[in-house]
Amino acid sequence: MLSTLIAKTFWLPEQASTFAKSHDALFYFIYWTMVIFFVAIVGTMIYFAVKYKKRSDDDRTSPLEGNTKLELAWSILPSFLLIVMFAWGFKGYMSMLIPPANATDVHVTGYKWGWNFTYHTGDVGNNELIVPLGQPIRLIMSSEQTSPDDMAVLHSFYVPAFRIKRDVLPYRYTVLWFEATELGSFDIFCTEYCGTGHSNMIGKVIVVPPEDWEAAISSGRDFVDDGSMGTLAEFGEMTFGRAGCPACHSVEGQRLTGPALNGVFGREEAIEGGAPVMVDEDYLRESIMEPQAKIVNGYPRTMPTYAGQLSPDQIMGLVEYIKTLQ
Amino acid sequence: MSSTAIGADSHGSSGHEEKNYLNATRGLKSWIFTVDHKRIGIMYLGAILTFFLIGGLLAIAVRLELFSPDPVLTKDPSLYNKLFTLHGAIMVFLVLVPSIPASIGNFILPLQLGAKDVAFPKLNLASLWVYCIGALFLIAVILTKAVETGWTFYTPYSKDSASSVVLATLGVFILGFSSIFTGLNFIVTIHKMRAPGMTWRRLPLFVWAMYATSIIQVLATPVIAITMLLMLLERTLGIGIFDPALGGDPVLYQHFFWFYSHPVVYVMILPGFGIISELVTVHSRKNIFGYNAIAISSVSIAIIGFLVWGHHMFVSGQSPLASVIFSALTFFVAVPTAIKVLSWVATMYGGSIRFTTPMMYTFSFLFLFSIGGLTGLLLSTLATDVHLHDTYYVVAHFHYVMMGGTLIAFIGGIFHWWPKMTGKLYNEKWGNISAILVFIGFNITFFSQFVAGTQGMPRRYYTYAEQYQPWQQLSTIGSWVLALGLFTAAGVLLKSIFGGQRSPHNPWGAVSMEWETATPPIEHNFHEQPICEHGPYDFPEIDHTMGPAH
Ligand code: HEC
Ligand SMILES: [Cu+2]
Ligand SMILES: [Cu+2]
Repeated sequence: MLSTLIAKTFWLPEQASTFAKSHDALFYFIYWTMVIFFVAIVGTMIYFAVKYKKRSDDDRTSPLEGNTKLELAWSILPSFLLIVMFAWGFKGYMSMLIPPANATDVHVTGYKWGWNFTYHTGDVGNNELIVPLGQPIRLIMSSEQTSPDDMAVLHSFYVPAFRIKRDVLPYRYTVLWFEATELGSFDIFCTEYCGTGHSNMIGKVIVVPPEDWEAAISSGRDFVDDGSMGTLAEFGEMTFGRAGCPACHSVEGQRLTGPALNGVFGREEAIEGGAPVMVDEDYLRESIMEPQAKIVNGYPRTMPTYAGQLSPDQIMGLVEYIKTLQ
Repeated sequence: MSSTAIGADSHGSSGHEEKNYLNATRGLKSWIFTVDHKRIGIMYLGAILTFFLIGGLLAIAVRLELFSPDPVLTKDPSLYNKLFTLHGAIMVFLVLVPSIPASIGNFILPLQLGAKDVAFPKLNLASLWVYCIGALFLIAVILTKAVETGWTFYTPYSKDSASSVVLATLGVFILGFSSIFTGLNFIVTIHKMRAPGMTWRRLPLFVWAMYATSIIQVLATPVIAITMLLMLLERTLGIGIFDPALGGDPVLYQHFFWFYSHPVVYVMILPGFGIISELVTVHSRKNIFGYNAIAISSVSIAIIGFLVWGHHMFVSGQSPLASVIFSALTFFVAVPTAIKVLSWVATMYGGSIRFTTPMMYTFSFLFLFSIGGLTGLLLSTLATDVHLHDTYYVVAHFHYVMMGGTLIAFIGGIFHWWPKMTGKLYNEKWGNISAILVFIGFNITFFSQFVAGTQGMPRRYYTYAEQYQPWQQLSTIGSWVLALGLFTAAGVLLKSIFGGQRSPHNPWGAVSMEWETATPPIEHNFHEQPICEHGPYDFPEIDHTMGPAH
């Protein structure tokens, strides 16, 4: 905990993720560029203001109307600095977009007004995300409605100490990843205005030693409603059967009415009349809720929509189940 | 046109005073139905400053609530949300967008061109009344429909807000029409009604800025109309466009919104640039440094400004490729903006600088706008924007640009042209004091928000984590100093109307054409068509015997 306090500066909060250090290096590079330019501009202004302050009514002034060399210099030279900023920022941004392959998935559900975190074990935490130290975590986030007569709205998931932020969209998955480097508890804020309770939509990330993690997340909540404890994927498998998916989808490679679903996650799917798409969580969700949006090449448009019939938990389970099918 | 032509009317009808635009006709009707660009400009000025007062009082209320994370003014977060929505909507759509073009622009632009009026005087009057209707409509919608979405009206927010967002956009659209009218008028006026001899190279830079602004107005406003139409279609026919519950895409709305609203940022700032070009030259008695660069950079900012809207959406879920392109394009806007600031500072070189009230506001502008512009670098850079997006850092950044830039230039411009508009002189000492108070108050208010933001405090928060309280308190205290400064400025100007000295014909010794006619101007601006024989900044003090190196 002490080390986190030390890394905290006047400008930035403590550094608690792998992104924080590289972010802060770039931040200070731009910051000092800003300071130097500011001092140069305003310093010159003050110098001129004092030096050329009106002395008398017969002051004569310079006929200067420009200086091509100077103007070219200050138009072109700073551009190099801008290119460095852009490229550096680009590099950092890309590293935030691509999670490592061994990342652990956690589902994040934003609602009015709070956060639910669903782990692969089927455990659920409210406003408290528990993660293991030093292991990449991938958040699969969506915004869901709280009651049938209200609507899901935009939120944004922000952890200042990790320097990460991503909007959470209604009925769609967006992805965010990080790796915590400090034990402790860190603020989660919602940064996309979402109404009355926006500023109360505060949570905590709690970073625990990896060996304590499984115990820390077991909240005892049980997804599978027959009373037996089950993982998220097991819950999905059960939903898969109950919703009648096996009538059209095999999970062992045979072609039925619809394509077999094993091995589908992570591959490129050829789509009727469009560019191939990468099968990720958001694609799976869309395939179930809005089957007509993208039709797999060579298959009929016969899959019924499940919009309004599956709960967000069930969708989450189905997605996790399909991901396990190899 | 020498700086010592004090007192007498330049056209010297000795004895009795000639009638000016203010007293040529009398009665309320003579104002409401006037087609005189000067009277329209004055009425616009009155309306805009009234809304500025309302928006400012709302800001004071918002800041007061934030003095503590516990309830201060109200226990109801949704009331707080309404307050900042109203503050933002009023300041952006009713104050900043029309501010300089509709008031000072209307008044000064035809005079600077040596024209009798704008090209379409009736359209100009229509613009004013459309503005008033749009303004009342927008405020009524926000109040009665309880819109609390913030000025960006992002969808979806709640089921009930969906319909009111359509109405609020309609309000913005009506207001947009009033600016299209002004924009069209200015474009045609600048093309067709310049005095003989006034080449494009002799246009005051204020006119160039108005020209660039008008182009954006005319091109961008239709987008908000399309947005509104799409929303209406969605509501009435139930086709999913923006609403995810109907299968629409909320990110698409953000694209539409910013496609309009980012160029509008330049509608707000370019006129401020125009004013500063005038102020820094007249009060330094110098020709502008780099006339071409400043004029061209206005136009290029107007064009590039259309291509950067996606920089508001780096974390929104838009495609990463789009984010990368928008980030790169945004850096391109930085270059012409920097050229302007550097040219203004260079203009002061070798001058004879008068510390008049307009010049004090110019210093203030250069200081504050430099901070506003430079802090944008951290936001156009992708990786750092992720951390700073939607925090108080952004709030501070755009207040430094919009208030420290546009509004400070606006106030400086009002002080500069006040004698021209009213025929009265104000108290310079108190004018200077107002500039200093505003400067100090502004920095206390908004610099503290930079720190709260980089430390991670999100915007649009009714309550907040306690580690941010010192910065929030400082900011609130600053807002009182800022208010004191603004009220001082208002007091100085009001006092000059009642009991200020009669202004000489050309108190600043300016040489652009608006000073060639009487002060205040006669109803038809000029007795006969003036001829332009020199550039707008050929001051008599300039020593042409000196080599250009001096
Ligand atoms: C009536 C038959 C039918 C049922 C029932 C059905 N599907 Fe489908 N499904 C299809 C067909 C046909 C396609 C291929 C055409 C398309 O893309 O819509 C498909 C495509 C898919 C895809 C995209 C596969 C790929 O290769 O890209 C997924 C994922 C999917 N279904 C999941 C489900 C799930 C989960 C259920 C149960 C909740 C389900 N389906 C129920 C017929 C069905
Ligand atoms: Cu929120
Ligand atoms: Cu923008």
